[in-house]
Amino acid sequence: MSLPPDLATGKILYLEHVTVSFDGFKALNDLTLYVDPGELRCIIGANGAGKTTMMDVITGKTRPDSGSAWFGRTIDLLALSEPEIAEAGIGRKFQKPTVFEQLTVDENLELALAGKKSFWHSFSATLSGAQLDRIGEVLSITNLLEQRRQPARSLSHGQKQWLEIGMLLMQSPKLLLVDEPVAGMTPQETERTAELLLSLAGDHSVVVVEHDMEFVRSIAKQVTVLHEGHVLAEGTMDQVQSDQRVREVYLGS
Amino acid sequence: MSTSRFFGPGEAGPNATTDRGGTVFLAIVALVAVGVPVLNQFVPSSSPFHLSPYAMTLIGKYMCYAMLALAVDLVWGFCGILSLGHGAFFALGGYGMGMYLMRQIGTRGVYGNPVLPDFMVFLNWTELPWFWYGFDRFWIAALMMVMAPALLATVFGWLAFRSRVTGVYLSIITQALSYALMLAFFRNDMGFGGNNGFTDFKDLLGFDLQAGSTRAVLLAVTAIALGLSYVACRAIVASRAGRVVRAIRDAESRTRFLGYKVETYKLWLFVISAAIAGIAGALYVPQVGIINPSEFAPINSIEMVIWVAVGGRGTLYGAAAGAVLVNYAKTVMTGAFPEIWLYALGALFVLVTIFLPRGVVGLVRRQTS
Ligand SMILES: Nc1ncnc2c1ncn2[C@@H]1O[C@H](COP(=O)(O)OP(=O)(O)OP(=O)(O)O)[C@@H](O)[C@H]1O
Ligand SMILES: [Mg+2]
Repeated sequence: MSLPPDLATGKILYLEHVTVSFDGFKALNDLTLYVDPGELRCIIGANGAGKTTMMDVITGKTRPDSGSAWFGRTIDLLALSEPEIAEAGIGRKFQKPTVFEQLTVDENLELALAGKKSFWHSFSATLSGAQLDRIGEVLSITNLLEQRRQPARSLSHGQKQWLEIGMLLMQSPKLLLVDEPVAGMTPQETERTAELLLSLAGDHSVVVVEHDMEFVRSIAKQVTVLHEGHVLAEGTMDQVQSDQRVREVYLGS
Repeated sequence: MSTSRFFGPGEAGPNATTDRGGTVFLAIVALVAVGVPVLNQFVPSSSPFHLSPYAMTLIGKYMCYAMLALAVDLVWGFCGILSLGHGAFFALGGYGMGMYLMRQIGTRGVYGNPVLPDFMVFLNWTELPWFWYGFDRFWIAALMMVMAPALLATVFGWLAFRSRVTGVYLSIITQALSYALMLAFFRNDMGFGGNNGFTDFKDLLGFDLQAGSTRAVLLAVTAIALGLSYVACRAIVASRAGRVVRAIRDAESRTRFLGYKVETYKLWLFVISAAIAGIAGALYVPQVGIINPSEFAPINSIEMVIWVAVGGRGTLYGAAAGAVLVNYAKTVMTGAFPEIWLYALGALFVLVTIFLPRGVVGLVRRQTS
C-alpha cells in the first residue's frame, strides 16, 4: 500500500504551471489549479478547453511538457504510473460508461475491490464480511440496492453511470475525477446524480467536468472556468457568470 | 453473420449457488462410469441389455470428445478466445500416451528390439532419440501427457496474449499452429512414426489392452476424468477468477484498468484448457488403439468449436453434451453416407449460429422457463 496523501498544507491536489502540447498546439497552457480536501469542484469550459487533458495529466495518461502535479504534499504524480496513481487514491470516471454488461451489479463491484488481483488469488478469494458491508454501502450510496442481482446490461444509462461511480468508490479513493456525468441522462437521473455527487463530497474530493450549466449550478460551490488550456476565472457560479472575460469567451455575451 | 457472435459475449454467467444442469451432468457421468462396464462385463452377451465392446469403445471416445469440448468452452465460452488449435493439444496428449504404449511393446514387436519401437528399427536407427527417454515409465509419460500440451500452450499463449493478439487473428494462428505440427509429425525423421503414427499397442500398466476387463476399467477411468474436468472447470468459472475472465471477454481494457493482469488470466485459462485437452487425448489413444498425425488436422479443431456451439457456449455441460450429440450424428452419418458429413456439419453450424445462438442448452432453458 502506498502512503495516503499528506494534507498538512491544506490542499489535496496541486497543479502548477502545467503545459501540455500536441504538435506545438498547447492543450494546457501554464495551468495552475488547487483542490481542497472534501471539496466538490466543477470545471467548465468550451469544447477543446483542455478539461479532459487536465484529467489525463492527473491520472498519468498524459505527461506534461512542464509544470508539476502533486497529490497532497508528498506524492509526485508525474513520477507515478497510471495504476500507481489509481492505487494512491485517485479514481476516474470516463465519459463513456464501461461496466461489465454480462456480470451482475454485485459482481461488477466485487471486481472493483481493492486488493490482490492475481489469477490464483482470485480463484480462491471469497468476500469477507467487511467487503460485503462495503459493497452494501456502495449499493445504497449509488441507489442500486434493488438491482444488485441484475446483470448490468439491464440497467438504464443513468444507472450504469452510477454503477461505474460505485466501482470507483470500491477502491476508496481520496480524489474522484468525473468527466461529463450527466450527458445523456434523463432529468430525474440528473437530479439523482447531483445528490450522489453532493453526498460524496466531504468524504472525498470530487472534480466534475460538465457542460450542463443547470447541473453545475445545482451542485457547485466552487467553479473553475478553463479557456484555451488556462484558468480564466474561479469562484462561485454567480461570480464566474458575472465575470466579464468569462462572458466574452465562454458564455458568449 | 456478425463476428460478435463469435468473439463477443457468450452465455450469461454461471449462477454461483446452483448448478442444476451440472448436477444432472455429473449424475449421468457417474451412471455411465458404473453402468457401462457392468452392462459390458457382467451381463451375458445373450441378454438384450448386454453392451458390446464396440459400443463401449464408442462411448469412451465420446467422453474423450466431451472433455475436449469442456476445454474449448473454458477458453471460448468464458473468455472469448476462439481457439482453432485445440486438436493439437489433444493430439500431443495422445502422442504422449502412444510413446508409453510403444515402449511397453518391448520385444513383442515385429523386430523384437527391446528398446526401439518397430518404426525406428525400420528406419535403421540404432539409438533411442533423447526425447523418448523415460517414456517406459508410466509416471514420467503421464506427466508429459499433461506437460507437453501445457508447455506448448504456455509458450504460444505468452507470445500471443502479450502482443495482444485477439479475435480472428488469434483463431488463425492457432489453426496455423495445429497445421504446422501436423506437417512436422508427418515427417519420419521427427521420431514419431511419420504418417503411420503409433499402433499395435499391447498393454497399459501391465494390463492387456485387448482384454474386455481392461477396456471396461479404461472407460470408467475416462468417465471419472470427465467428471473431474467438469468439476475443475466449473470451480474456475464460478470463482472470482471466472468473473474476471468474463469481464475480460466483455471489456478487456476496462478489466486491465481495474488492475487485473489480463494476459496472465488468459494464459492460465489457456494452459489449463490445453492440459485438459491433453488428458482427453491420452485417454483416447488406448481406447481407439491408434494415434497418427491426422489428429492434428485443422478440420478437427474446427469440429470441436462446432460441438461447443451446438451444445451451448459458456455452459460447460452443454458443450460436453454437444460433443456427444454431434459425434453420435457423425457415427451414424459416416456409416450411411460418408461423403455428405462435412456438408452436414457445415450446415449444422450455420443453422445453430442463426437459430440457436445459445445452443441446445439455450433451447431447453427456453422450453422449461
Ligand atoms: N492526443 C491528442 N493529440 C492531439 N491533440 C489532442 C490530443 N488530445 C487532445 N487534443 C487536443 O487538445 C485540446 C483539448 O482537448 P480536451 O479533450 O482536453 O478538451 P475538453 O475540454 O475535454 O473538450 P470537450 O468539452 O470537447 O470534451 C483539443 O483541441 C484537442 O483536439
Ligand atoms: Mg472532454
